[in-house]
Amino acid sequence: MEKDELPRAMHDMGGVSKFMCDPVDTEPHALTDFDREVDAIRQLLGMRKVMSVDEMRRAIEAIPEGQYLRMSYYQRWMRSITDNMLARGVFTEEELRAALEQAG
Amino acid sequence: MSDILEIPSDRLLAAVRGLLVAKGVMTTDEIAERIRITDGGSPAQGARMVAKAWTDPEYKALLLRDGTAAAEMLAIPMRGLPPLGVLEDTAEVHNLVVCTLCSCYPRAVLGYPPFWFKSAAYRARAVRDPRGLIGEWGTVLPEGVKLRVVDSTADYRWMVLPRRPEGTEGWSEEQLAAIVREGDMIGVTIPSIA
Amino acid sequence: MIAPGTKVRVKLDWPETRGPCHIRTPHYVRGETGVVERHLGNFPNPEDLAFARPAAVKALYHVRFDPKPFWKEGVAPEELVIEIFEHWLEEAA
Repeated sequence: MEKDELPRAMHDMGGVSKFMCDPVDTEPHALTDFDREVDAIRQLLGMRKVMSVDEMRRAIEAIPEGQYLRMSYYQRWMRSITDNMLARGVFTEEELRAALEQAG
Repeated sequence: MSDILEIPSDRLLAAVRGLLVAKGVMTTDEIAERIRITDGGSPAQGARMVAKAWTDPEYKALLLRDGTAAAEMLAIPMRGLPPLGVLEDTAEVHNLVVCTLCSCYPRAVLGYPPFWFKSAAYRARAVRDPRGLIGEWGTVLPEGVKLRVVDSTADYRWMVLPRRPEGTEGWSEEQLAAIVREGDMIGVTIPSIA
Repeated sequence: MIAPGTKVRVKLDWPETRGPCHIRTPHYVRGETGVVERHLGNFPNPEDLAFARPAAVKALYHVRFDPKPFWKEGVAPEELVIEIFEHWLEEAA
């Protein structure tokens, strides 16, 4: 069977035909403050055993493909962190809505 | 929360950060400290290891046997981080590292993963068209050199120990470290003194 | 423990089709045959860690494949080495 016909998950990208003709952007891209803070929060959540790296990856992998490909790398992390915190009950949806109001 | 996508990222970050701090999971000082530590990681760390391995056979043996211990020997913090494996390039074999499933990268010794390493194009092409891929950096392997791709799928992080370029005889470790780039330690480029 | 040099086959299994999961065995290598290079160590199963479930410790191997037959188009590398957990490996016929 052709590899492209296998029931792969969308993040499982090795050898996938639709990316084979894409050029690689080899230029350096500076990280934003947003990127670096999300990265730091992820590390702290891991160190505190609040969210393992595999829990974070799983929630990233659950993002629908169309959205996944549109989001930046750290936007995916932010989405995953939020989903994990809600799922684990670190904060509730009501609390998040209130905090978003304040942050807005 | 279904409407989470509609929220601008910065606003979501501010809200989540505020909640994590309010719940006592972390403090803003801890976040700032973690950013400072992470910003300290850079390819210069890995380059020091490569340069030392080029000049010290005992260190090279340790590096290939236990990358974590070899990093710690140069005061690079590794505690609590995934084990580091080191892939040796030879006259016969060139190594290339990819993570097709996400973006596993030897951050402890190379810093934040570069943009290209995380891209769909890199992740897809590295296992199926690696010579075309490294050609994007202008890299061409000598004829007869075997290309060995390492898909970093699980608990290790991998870096490449490239070959020491000709014309560097008698150079100091510092001089050697200065020519080793990020891409050389992933395998998309090859160190040169040109 | 699987000895270096042992021929192994990666299970042809698709947990992705059965519900939420987190798999560290790439799709392109499932059902393929390779050779164990070495035992890398033992690590908690990420398939359970991803759901915050108790995770059994599993042996992790570096397994080498010849990927040339994997795809009809493209020029695959001469060797492809992948970290694969023991529960994804079976004896090759």
